[in-house]
Amino acid sequence: MTDDSQIEQGGRHGGELPRPVVKHRRFNASLIWLVPALAALVGLSLVVNSWLQAGPTITISFQSAEGLEAGKTPVKYKNVVIGRVNKIHLSADHSHVLVKVGLEKSAESFATLGARYWVVRPRIGLGGVSGIDTLLSGAFIGVDVGDSNAPADEFKGLETPPAVNHGAPGRSFMLHSDDLGSLDIGSPVYYRRIQVGRVVSYQLDSDGKGVSLQIFVDGPNDKFVTTATRFWNASGIDVSVGASGLKVNTQSLASVLAGGLAFQDPAGPHDSTPAPEGTEYTLFGDQASAMAPPDGEPHYIRLRFEQSVRGLAVDAPVEFLGINIGKVVSIKLDYDEKTQRFPVVVGAVVYPQRLGNAYDKLEALAKARGENPDLSQLMGRLVEHGLRAQARSGNLLTGQLYVELDFVPHALPVAFDPNAKPLIIPTVAGSFDKLQEQLAEIVDKVDKIPFESIGKNLDQTLAGLNATLKQVNGQTLPEFKTTLQGVQKTMGSASDALSSDSPLQQNLGSTLQELQRMARSLRVFTDYLDGHPEALIRGRRPDAKPTPDTTTPAATEPQPGSKP
Amino acid sequence: MSTFPRAAELGLISCHVCKLVCADALDGDDPSNEMACPRCGSALHRRKPSSYVRAWALLIAAFLLYIPANVLPIMRTASLNDIDDNTIISGVVELWVKGSPDLAVIVFTASIVVPMLKFLSLGTLLVSCQRGSDWARPQRAKLYRLIEFIGYWSMLDVFVVSLLTALVRFNLLSRVEPLPGVIFFGLTVVLTMLASMSFDPRLIWDGRDSDD
Repeated sequence: MTDDSQIEQGGRHGGELPRPVVKHRRFNASLIWLVPALAALVGLSLVVNSWLQAGPTITISFQSAEGLEAGKTPVKYKNVVIGRVNKIHLSADHSHVLVKVGLEKSAESFATLGARYWVVRPRIGLGGVSGIDTLLSGAFIGVDVGDSNAPADEFKGLETPPAVNHGAPGRSFMLHSDDLGSLDIGSPVYYRRIQVGRVVSYQLDSDGKGVSLQIFVDGPNDKFVTTATRFWNASGIDVSVGASGLKVNTQSLASVLAGGLAFQDPAGPHDSTPAPEGTEYTLFGDQASAMAPPDGEPHYIRLRFEQSVRGLAVDAPVEFLGINIGKVVSIKLDYDEKTQRFPVVVGAVVYPQRLGNAYDKLEALAKARGENPDLSQLMGRLVEHGLRAQARSGNLLTGQLYVELDFVPHALPVAFDPNAKPLIIPTVAGSFDKLQEQLAEIVDKVDKIPFESIGKNLDQTLAGLNATLKQVNGQTLPEFKTTLQGVQKTMGSASDALSSDSPLQQNLGSTLQELQRMARSLRVFTDYLDGHPEALIRGRRPDAKPTPDTTTPAATEPQPGSKP
Repeated sequence: MSTFPRAAELGLISCHVCKLVCADALDGDDPSNEMACPRCGSALHRRKPSSYVRAWALLIAAFLLYIPANVLPIMRTASLNDIDDNTIISGVVELWVKGSPDLAVIVFTASIVVPMLKFLSLGTLLVSCQRGSDWARPQRAKLYRLIEFIGYWSMLDVFVVSLLTALVRFNLLSRVEPLPGVIFFGLTVVLTMLASMSFDPRLIWDGRDSDD
């Protein structure tokens, strides 16, 4: 209040201005510089932080950058983002795209040798659907760590996700097959129709003569893969029309569509130690051949048929006493100048091991005899004993033939060269051909029957017979007729004599009555004689007076019980 | 150049707060003494105290913060199928590319042109005043008024982000989240405003003192 009055006074008086209060300044330091210092500190910390946070930058090459976007597409491991695509550009030769990825500091272990990168996109296949979430979120790059710790900054991206993640329990095995069939990466591996693994990869063998498949069997089921395990292709529907008829075989509906393979231990005693990682197996075409005992070394044999082999096809079975020991691999026509005929040369592969014990015993026997236990030598002995090859009809409906090795009784001895390569097994005509031959023989014999003379003789005989019959008709029959008439007459008189009113019958009746009377008097006599045996000597006494009946007075007397 | 007398020359000083004009009690520039308004008690200065130093410090701090504000993303737009982090520049580019050039221009002006203009103009003013140059004084005064006027429009970006963050919350379908960049940008704008406030425009006309 006083201040105001002073000021107003000062104003009024002019020249007299209010005096400000003079204080002593407490501090002088210009703290304002703290603000830019703080800002600089923050900026510096950001720089340092980002420098510390920056992980390695790697380059991944892909066939195509489909779905990838620079600055956005994340790199994920177990669905955790560990990096981001920084830049996408084409390679110098335009053959692929190079994707630069900035990994986070914590993800340094993913920039090592052996790490695998692939693009996760929605995939819809026969075996299932995967990556469906990427339909909404967009593609991302998946990663799997490797074993190595050696740093690397260039990677080749996989086009398909790896079937097995690093460190997954289980074991991988190698299978060798003639062809891939309908298998693919990811095709299931079944054990007793339960899926226990999948096909990881496949590639052609370097010589191009087969396919190698890598499979992975998940733990703990990998222990069922033993050193003796057999694998077979369970893909699709296995329909085979062979000499043994129509055969349909499937594993499961999924494998029918998507393919698959199965394994199992062979029946009987076998080595059941779990197979080590990477064991190699043969992939069989079907369960039957997989379960068959091992074939061993194949042997090539050649058969020379002199007759048509219509119905014999490549892959037709070669059997020994009904046991399949091989198959036909080639059928070729040949020309023989000497005989001017066209023999058919059939090549076949046989597996002597399939004979099992028989082969072992034969081998042992040959060794005991000091002979060379070679197949050709063994075969030589068997041929000596009548072993021949025959093309037999396996299926009457389809007319297919198979080759049967069999001991033919009374076989003509043939020259057999055990040193020939390939071994030539002598043949005999097939059963059907034999039948034809026998039929021809029969026809020949039938031809030789003298049908003409037989006919002539038969004609004469028939003429004689005719004359005889005429005689019978003309003479014998009328006489027979009169005889019959006489018989009829006799029968008529006999019938008269036996009728009820005939005199014979009446006489017979009276005679019988007499006889009855006589029998009665005889009984009276015997009854009397029974009572009076002395009558035989003394004669009959006069009849005694009848005695009074004792029962009659008792009957007339009144009964005491019935008295009223 | 100027023919108008200054308050200091007349031994007068006015209060910043209650605008009371009183006599300049201090003779020299003794930094250890301080005057206070006899009426409202607020400190009295002939010019805003350490105006250059404060303006420079705040301007430099603002500029330092402007770097992360531009480098760091300011906003995350997450929708059903992707997550998009945008810096100021990328947002402008996206707007332009996606067919809203008018919006792009507005955002560009508010977020890039205006702060840059402020740095440049304030820097120019400070430099020219410190050198006591008498070059284009009325224009520089106009420039200062312009800076004061447009200063807060730079907050546009911050408002856009905060509004979108509050409004666009459709959890899964779409979502907008603020990212650290926007904090730095906001700080930049605030610091430039403080810098322009701490600059005393009367210094523009003080050239003669320095010349002396």
